[in-house]
Amino acid sequence: MSEKLPSVDVLVVGFGWTGAIVAQELTDAGLNVLALERGKWRDTPTDFAPTFAQDELRYMWRHALFENLAHNTLTIRNNTSQTALPMRVMGSFLPGTGVGGSGVHWNGQTWRFLPSDLEVRSHVTRRYGAKAIPADMTIQDFGVTYDDLEPHYDRFEYLCGTSGTAGNLNGQIQAGGNPFEGARKRAYPTPAMRQAYAPTLFAEAAAKLGYHPFPQPSSNLSEAYTNPLGVQLGPCTYCGFCEKFGCGNYSKATAQTTILPVLMRKPNFTLRTEAEALMINRDSTGKRAVSVTYVDAQGREFEQPADLIFLGTYALNNVRLLLLSGIGTPYDPRTGQGVVGRNYAYQRTSFVNAFFDDKILNPFIGAGAHGMHIDDFNGDNFDHGGLGFLGGGYFGVLQTGARPIETHPVPEGTPTWGGAWKKAVAANYLKTTTISTHGGVMSHRGNYLDLDPTYRDVYGRPLLRMTFDYTDNEQKMAHYITDRAADVARAMGPREIKVVYRDGSWDVVPYQTTHNTGGAIMGADPKTSMVNRYLQSWDVSNLFVMGASAFPQNPGYNPTGTVAALAYWSLKAVREQYLKSPGPLVHT
Amino acid sequence: MRAPLQRALVTGLLSLGILVATLSLVAIGLSGIANGQPPSATSGPYPPVKDPDVAKGYYVAVQGDCVGCHTVPGGLPFAGGRPLVTPFGTIYSANITPDKDAGIGRWSADDFYRALHEGKAPDGHLYPAFPYNYYTRIGRADSDALFAYLRSLPPSPNRSPRNDLPFPFNIRALMMGWNLLFLDVGEYKPDPAKSAAWNRGAYLVEGPGHCAACHTPKNLFGAPRTSRDYHGGDIGNGWYAPDITPNKRTGIGGWSDEELFQYLKTGRNVHANAAADMGEVVAYSTSRMTDDDVRAIIAYLRDRPARADDSPEKPDPAVMKAGEAVYIDTCAACHRMDGAGSMAMFPRLPGSPNLQQPNPGTLIRVLLVGSRSLPTDARPTPTSMPAFNWKLRDEQIAAVATYVRNSWGNAAAPVDVDTVTKMRKALGADRRTLPDGFPTDMHHPNPETVSSPHTDSRQNGTDQAGTAALGQP
Repeated sequence: MSEKLPSVDVLVVGFGWTGAIVAQELTDAGLNVLALERGKWRDTPTDFAPTFAQDELRYMWRHALFENLAHNTLTIRNNTSQTALPMRVMGSFLPGTGVGGSGVHWNGQTWRFLPSDLEVRSHVTRRYGAKAIPADMTIQDFGVTYDDLEPHYDRFEYLCGTSGTAGNLNGQIQAGGNPFEGARKRAYPTPAMRQAYAPTLFAEAAAKLGYHPFPQPSSNLSEAYTNPLGVQLGPCTYCGFCEKFGCGNYSKATAQTTILPVLMRKPNFTLRTEAEALMINRDSTGKRAVSVTYVDAQGREFEQPADLIFLGTYALNNVRLLLLSGIGTPYDPRTGQGVVGRNYAYQRTSFVNAFFDDKILNPFIGAGAHGMHIDDFNGDNFDHGGLGFLGGGYFGVLQTGARPIETHPVPEGTPTWGGAWKKAVAANYLKTTTISTHGGVMSHRGNYLDLDPTYRDVYGRPLLRMTFDYTDNEQKMAHYITDRAADVARAMGPREIKVVYRDGSWDVVPYQTTHNTGGAIMGADPKTSMVNRYLQSWDVSNLFVMGASAFPQNPGYNPTGTVAALAYWSLKAVREQYLKSPGPLVHT
Repeated sequence: MRAPLQRALVTGLLSLGILVATLSLVAIGLSGIANGQPPSATSGPYPPVKDPDVAKGYYVAVQGDCVGCHTVPGGLPFAGGRPLVTPFGTIYSANITPDKDAGIGRWSADDFYRALHEGKAPDGHLYPAFPYNYYTRIGRADSDALFAYLRSLPPSPNRSPRNDLPFPFNIRALMMGWNLLFLDVGEYKPDPAKSAAWNRGAYLVEGPGHCAACHTPKNLFGAPRTSRDYHGGDIGNGWYAPDITPNKRTGIGGWSDEELFQYLKTGRNVHANAAADMGEVVAYSTSRMTDDDVRAIIAYLRDRPARADDSPEKPDPAVMKAGEAVYIDTCAACHRMDGAGSMAMFPRLPGSPNLQQPNPGTLIRVLLVGSRSLPTDARPTPTSMPAFNWKLRDEQIAAVATYVRNSWGNAAAPVDVDTVTKMRKALGADRRTLPDGFPTDMHHPNPETVSSPHTDSRQNGTDQAGTAALGQP
């Protein structure tokens, strides 16, 4: 039996980006906050020291920072006709664990969604008519607008010190920035990163074709920065070890480098590590969450009561914890009814290699969010009339460091091993670059999350089951933008290019992105959303669910900026409305 | 009050009649504290004060940094028990909470004043590890206020362990002789020729701040060598408390008033990050002082005679070349190729007094085992220097130390390999000792890791390490 502990005002389950933001905001509001984190404590000087942080074998290939799949994983299938099997090796996505969550090993790509992304169903209906949306495409509006989120995007960017060039300042289009972005109230806190040679070549070629290249907004900082909390970040050294790595130079914005130094000093905050939540418990009415049962590293069970509970355990884990706790109606793809697990989405990626003879590109110079992109083919920035698909993505040269075990692009026709392969790697490593596309995924009736009927985790709980595949929409979209990327690649003047569309079903093996979204989506209707526009559970009003699980579909951008903006947006409502008058913030 | 202690004057144990020649000239710093992590900022160190009279005493406690020595990591503030490892044995700080048996609950204000002034407790002589030779400058009113503050604290029944001092150092009466020779009893007397600010600074530096305890070298008896006041002192365990005279190369002469102010108020400036002993001094003392008091300290230190400059031996060009290679590979990412560093994060190396001390101890120590700054309210990030003991050979460390001591206009004696070897041995930092956090077996959670409601981050030294206070290495 579990030991019952003294109650706290606020319990945060999961201590990554959103957990840290929640704890920071609500301790500021004077509440006693306790955070539970299943993984271990991690801090920059101890765990990501620059003397050992850049170890590709240990971190990338042996997954030092990621979830331990022997402990817990999920099962995967492309469609309901298949039997889902457990993911036993990390591939397509890399969920993290430990203090800071996946925000420790993220790339620092800090985007805002387009205004039209947040209102996609209304927007598409307005521009192309309701018929443009296929019957099984279950996209819906977020329930918040870009204008609602703008101050919160701004808040997160200034927390991180994000480096970038504004493209739209208060409606005025700015040279050198992304002209398609929503209007921002002020410039980025730090200037854009300096660009290496290959991104510069991309930008020149894209501009020549009439597109609008701009530097990737980056939370790997171009210069030293002290954020509004007084926490300091150092200038990025372009070492090229961001994605899948912790940063030893305090240059990548993470909970550790932006919030924790202040939060951990507060007497009204407590962090409990190696505490894995098993269940959210409710009272007899089922409408109020009363506690969370968790297990510690020694297998002891505890029940932690709280007045207010926030889930911030990563999109996939949020959904699983809701399903395991019986909160919300599970989604059923046959009927299209139910909310928990609904509208799971991912990202659609592809790439084009460009091989040069005459240009030394030094691809080992890099950072997780260092590069030049165009946004001309993202969202609804271009006319979809007659194209047969919705959505899009950005693409560009993102030079993240070309780490040696991972990176050995060779031209088409090269043998996959042996002397000829080695020779081709040696000949091309310094002279190759890659344009990668980052496409959105619209939600679809058949893509969802539920509990696996067969496989269980180390505690005997059912694993999460993911049923996901790309639909015709994503395949057409990917072809369209990959072909545009190939146009730019050719305009860069290479010897040859190689186009990789990634056709066929979604494959769990090659790494793509850790952008798993949906499953506990936000919206205006309790029948089609798990949480309201403030990320508050429709059914259990003292439960808030943070993270990308709230995305009704996944636009063509990296999610972290919006995840954080939504957290700040939600917390504003909690502070200004909920704490004064606890209960549902939206009435239906 | 059984075993008061202080950060520097352990050698004050030596007294008349005791042979001193073979004993160390080294005064031991706080860094010698076993398993030494300072008390965490999250658990205090100062309990909230409401009563304005008590607040006056709190401010005296801040000036004297009492909490630094009289608190164990994670323990109740001022409850004592913090171990100090010395060449003579281990002694433990006293419980100065008002507990009647374990603390100073039975003391009178007179008793307390006598302890500060003469080093005498009701039950016998105190060791000058408790810096009464500085605290003697504190006036009666401040002494009473401090006493009232300590009386307001929650009493702790904590009993410090018995000192582990062999004969003859365990004979307290020996201190009578030391006091006769070296203790100049008396409250601070203002110099009427100087400004009020200067006098305030002089009082803080010479009295409660007891700066000389670390920054002045000691004589054979462990007493300050007043002819070399603030020239810098070896405080043990590798640390060298730097010259804080106006010398432009090794002292504070190259720092502007504003830079000194930033350092004392926030622990950071463009030149340095306060770590270890000085990190505690800033976190628990100077950062909590009024702006006027900090400026007064600066005014006084500025007006002291500068240590005479020396002309250090020139380094071997081959060693400089080897050192440059190590620097580019291992240091330049943070400190930059030109040594410019990054304000309040990665110290600027050109002109750095820390690098150019005659004694390279701190530099070698920090290269070997790293260091971590203490957070302050203004600068909460625990900036750090990583350990290189496992990564660089002694020759590489000696070469890069020589390089940074003699580049960009810096000039200081070369560091020889032997010095590094000895320091490595003394610190137990061999090449197989991996730094904390170095992942060794990521797939199997450490079975010894305990997480329970009773080991919350705020009480758990490991969890606080990066974000709250940490002094080691």
